[in-house]
Amino acid sequence: MTMEIADIAIALALLSGAFFTLVGSIGLLKLDTPMKRVHAPTKAGTLGVGSFLLASMIDGFAYRGGSLHELLIMAFLFVTAPISANFISKVNMHRGDIDPTPPPPGERTWATFNTGPADKAGDGPM
Amino acid sequence: MMTLAFIVSFFCVSLAQVLAMVRLIKGPCVGDRILALDTMAVNAIALLILLGLAGGTQIYFEAALIFAMLGFVSTVAYARFVLRGDIIE
Repeated sequence: MTMEIADIAIALALLSGAFFTLVGSIGLLKLDTPMKRVHAPTKAGTLGVGSFLLASMIDGFAYRGGSLHELLIMAFLFVTAPISANFISKVNMHRGDIDPTPPPPGERTWATFNTGPADKAGDGPM
Repeated sequence: MMTLAFIVSFFCVSLAQVLAMVRLIKGPCVGDRILALDTMAVNAIALLILLGLAGGTQIYFEAALIFAMLGFVSTVAYARFVLRGDIIE
């Protein structure tokens, strides 16, 4: 009985993971502007892999005495996905592949454009 | 039931990998290509975990961990190279 419940839980986690992973990649292919495309895989795709890791953890606890080291991958992915999305958005903004970002209210500009003279390309200590 | 779930999951993740590869080839700008490579690394982690689950082994876990770390580092390196023309200054 317990094994059946574990099997059902693993199957559900696997199916939801497959759904979210597929939705992330379909969004990557189908959305029309680069900044929209950043959304789909970094959120849905990460959630899908999280579901697969959850399935692996349930499997470990049901059949092999249990281990939590899938949490390592999960924590690492959930921490690094926003950072890489931020880097890719900066690439899009700086290369001018998207419409110019509207300026923020007030006198200042966005932090990623607010570079000092030493940070300009070519002038810095490379 | 488990076999069906595994078949559906393998099919969906492989299809997701192919779709990301299409975006990698097509991608009109550099950011899209970097994003597609990042997505492919994440999907490869999913495939490795599925292989470990289907085979009932823990061998693939370390490979998935390495893929997670190298995928993030390579994404940051690509983005940094495109932004600054240099990776380590």
